[in-house]
Amino acid sequence: MMQHDKPQPLLRVENLAVSFDGPAGRVRAVNGVNLSIYPGQTLGVVGESGCGKSVSALSTLQLVPTPPGRFESGSIWWNPTPGSPGSSPESSTKSSETSSETGSDPVSLSQPVDLLKYSEKQMQKIRGNDIAMIFQEPMTSLNPVYTVGEQILEAILLHQKVSRSQAVDIAVQALKDVGIADAASRLRVYPHQMSGGMRQRVMIAMALACQPKLLLADEPTTALDVTIQAQILELLRKLQAERGMSIMLITHDLGVVAENADVVAVMYAGRVVEYGSVHDVFENPLHPYTQGLFDSMPILGSSKHRLRTIEGNVPNPADLPSGCPFHPRCRSYAGDQRCTASDPPLHEITPDFREHWASCWHVDGHEQGKATRPDVDVVTQIHA
Amino acid sequence: MEPILSTLPQRRSRWRLNTGMLGAVLLLGIALPCLLSLPWSLKLYDAQDYTLINTAPGSTFWMGSDGLGRSLGWRCLLGGAISLGIGISAAIISVGIGVTWGTVAGYAGGRIDALMMRIVDVLFGLPYILLVVLLDLALSPFVEHVAKWMMPDTWAVQLSQLLTLLIAIGGVSWLTLARVIRGQVLSLREQPFIEAARACGVGRVRTFWYHLLPNLVGPIVVYATLTIPNAILQESFLSFLGIGVQAPMPSWGNLASEGTEQLASIGLTGSFTRWWLLVWPCVLLGLTLMGLNFVGDALRDKLDPRSRKSHR
Repeated sequence: MMQHDKPQPLLRVENLAVSFDGPAGRVRAVNGVNLSIYPGQTLGVVGESGCGKSVSALSTLQLVPTPPGRFESGSIWWNPTPGSPGSSPESSTKSSETSSETGSDPVSLSQPVDLLKYSEKQMQKIRGNDIAMIFQEPMTSLNPVYTVGEQILEAILLHQKVSRSQAVDIAVQALKDVGIADAASRLRVYPHQMSGGMRQRVMIAMALACQPKLLLADEPTTALDVTIQAQILELLRKLQAERGMSIMLITHDLGVVAENADVVAVMYAGRVVEYGSVHDVFENPLHPYTQGLFDSMPILGSSKHRLRTIEGNVPNPADLPSGCPFHPRCRSYAGDQRCTASDPPLHEITPDFREHWASCWHVDGHEQGKATRPDVDVVTQIHA
Repeated sequence: MEPILSTLPQRRSRWRLNTGMLGAVLLLGIALPCLLSLPWSLKLYDAQDYTLINTAPGSTFWMGSDGLGRSLGWRCLLGGAISLGIGISAAIISVGIGVTWGTVAGYAGGRIDALMMRIVDVLFGLPYILLVVLLDLALSPFVEHVAKWMMPDTWAVQLSQLLTLLIAIGGVSWLTLARVIRGQVLSLREQPFIEAARACGVGRVRTFWYHLLPNLVGPIVVYATLTIPNAILQESFLSFLGIGVQAPMPSWGNLASEGTEQLASIGLTGSFTRWWLLVWPCVLLGLTLMGLNFVGDALRDKLDPRSRKSHR
């Protein structure tokens, strides 16, 4: 895989830094995050609560409340027509429609645009249409005073120039696509009359009704029980395979990542500490934090032993340790100066020509590695 | 397809135990006669017959007559129209100001919110009745001037009195509602479905009108139906103090206060209790307040889909 004939990523987050002004002063929730998502790819973003996963996703849609939030630096490049072989003909006609609607950015056909520079008006055209988002709480993510149908129709009518009856057809189809039986009559049902799994399906139907190219799934299954969780993930995989859309799957469940993601970004304290294809990261985790995460996972069928935990707690983002923010909890840390002195950059670690990034002074090959942009263009066929 | 459809939950009948319907019937049964009889009651409320003072309800006066020989029936009808008019208008004014104030403060947040809510706190701190009296006094010349410019003088004086009264009551009773609404907006705007709506590309203004405001309908309706009886009571209290509806004009409030005075004079005159002077306005007022509460309850149930029974 040569560098120059790589297709363009659909979304590239560059050096994103977001901070929040709070009573304890300015807190950097996201600190120099780099990510990229290719068409048809699923990027799994893993990390503990408060490590900046959700803020990264919300930033993509400019949904971070400002104030107190602030975009300190970085850009989010959006390239709706990266010209990859995976993009279907319908999606390309749709994107030309959007760009003619938007009008103000005729370059969007080939040139990536910086979503952080978009105005609220321009973002409204992107939200739900090109990039959709589903949230963690299906219980409260639907407006209780409207029927499910009205809410799906709203999403469709906002972005597509169709009549109401056509929109109803689209909505019914969207509900059928997410496996809701008797879709037409379900449109007239209020959210509280549905179960959690059903509501999350409705959320997915709403998000996908406008055929987005990228779906930001912020812990879509955390609030659901395990069987429903499996169904929802299966559904996302199926819909992704049908439509060739990309998914940014935010989770703290490594099992979910293993089954669904092509590429993994492990985040800690607002930065990406390890990045690589799901295969590489799971086979050969490099960063001590990632290793710690795997050690704390029970393995089915192994003999009974105590799981290893990562000692200590997530640092307070207002008061991060000096140098590498992970060093107080790190098992590789042995009092070395470099860990406390400076934050290790995310370097490409390339043994065996793999594309694998990690930010730890202790990783073999980190010093020789280059600080390249983490960029893995694989769509693993784990789905089949 | 058919059998599946038939097993689907049917929407339940809206008027279950029909307290709502009962309330509506009560209200209409009282309000309609009051309003429809206005052309006659306005002429007859003041007609005196000194030969028929303090007659008990019977064939001549079906609700009795008062100490000046005026028909209590006509006076109750006009008084009802005035009381209801003041109550409803004051409630509309109060809900209008309260909802606007509360939503703007809650949605804007930050300094605007702090400033607006401190104003509410200050107004809360002042004695309520004092505020009404001050507002009433401050407004009355202005309202009278405007009214005189628009209609014949005799009408204008009486109407401007009512207008200042209802503006004063409405202008003071929105404070609680503003606080309640602001609290609701504060919690609602952090709700995931508001964020989800924005993530769908819904604009801020539409989010406010289409997603936030309908969720406030419940508290607004409940408060409005509670504000109407409250305003009616305020009006009667002010009339009792002599600031409200003035002498020849009746309202349920001042009719009741006249009745109370008559009740107190039983022992002195030695005559029978003039119960009708107190009972009729009180019964009418009580039934109206009850009807309003029933209707408010039913409206809340109807407008809030969460209180419809869930069927999983």
